[in-house]
Amino acid sequence: MATTTINGKEVVVDDEGFMTEYDQWDKEIGSALATAIGVDMTDDHWKVIDFLREDFKVKGETPTIRRVSTAGGVDTKTLFQLFPKKPAKKMSYIAGLPKPHGCV
Amino acid sequence: MTATADMVVPSFDDDVETDRTLAIICSKGSLDMAYPGLILGNAALGEGVDVHLFFTFWGFDMITKGRMEHLKFSPVGNPAAHMPAALAPLPGMTSMATHMMNKSLDELDIPPVPEFLELLKASGAKLWACRLSADMNHVDESDLFDGLDGIINASDFIELTEGAQLLFI
Repeated sequence: MATTTINGKEVVVDDEGFMTEYDQWDKEIGSALATAIGVDMTDDHWKVIDFLREDFKVKGETPTIRRVSTAGGVDTKTLFQLFPKKPAKKMSYIAGLPKPHGCV
Repeated sequence: MTATADMVVPSFDDDVETDRTLAIICSKGSLDMAYPGLILGNAALGEGVDVHLFFTFWGFDMITKGRMEHLKFSPVGNPAAHMPAALAPLPGMTSMATHMMNKSLDELDIPPVPEFLELLKASGAKLWACRLSADMNHVDESDLFDGLDGIINASDFIELTEGAQLLFI
């Protein structure tokens, strides 16, 4: 664990740079994280990130791609378009959450 | 809204041009042996790997419309079912074991086979049916999963997965 400064705020991150403290995240930080990995945020992106944040708060774990499509209402194909190649990791990174543990 | 210089950014390998491809041959038609290929294929797609699945022999049931929803898990001859060998062949055991496995999968939000194929398709997988298996079962495209990329022979599959990592299940 280390601290780093994102968008002028001190936050705790793990070795890979994923944020570890749910409450340190805000939308400005989310935007900065997205910029850092080359994702241009649109309303569609935010819809996914908002769902991830809400679902994590309730379930205590990061939703998988399948859960985002079944419970979050954004289908798998769209997720691959919004967060190319590695959607599960990219969206959890931007949302300031750990990578999902589930396989499916 | 810029990140500071000391910010650690994970590498998602976006700038790395890999041509990593995973070829998975699904040759089994039992419920328990259908899932490993589907799950591994799905995981690979989520990591940005190109995935081809080839359904052949008993694995053909996984993509046959009339059968794909009714794959069975049999405890007979399967020590991993943890059931006394003498009990396994009793009437009703297979349907009970199948029911229990489907229940476990459902509890983990793992989709049934047809829906799993849709998921793989939406994630960019290529799904191929084996020509010989189609001929042996006397079926054509209309009898098979709608999202198939085609019915091809073994040579075609070997050709189009040149250089791929391969799993035979």
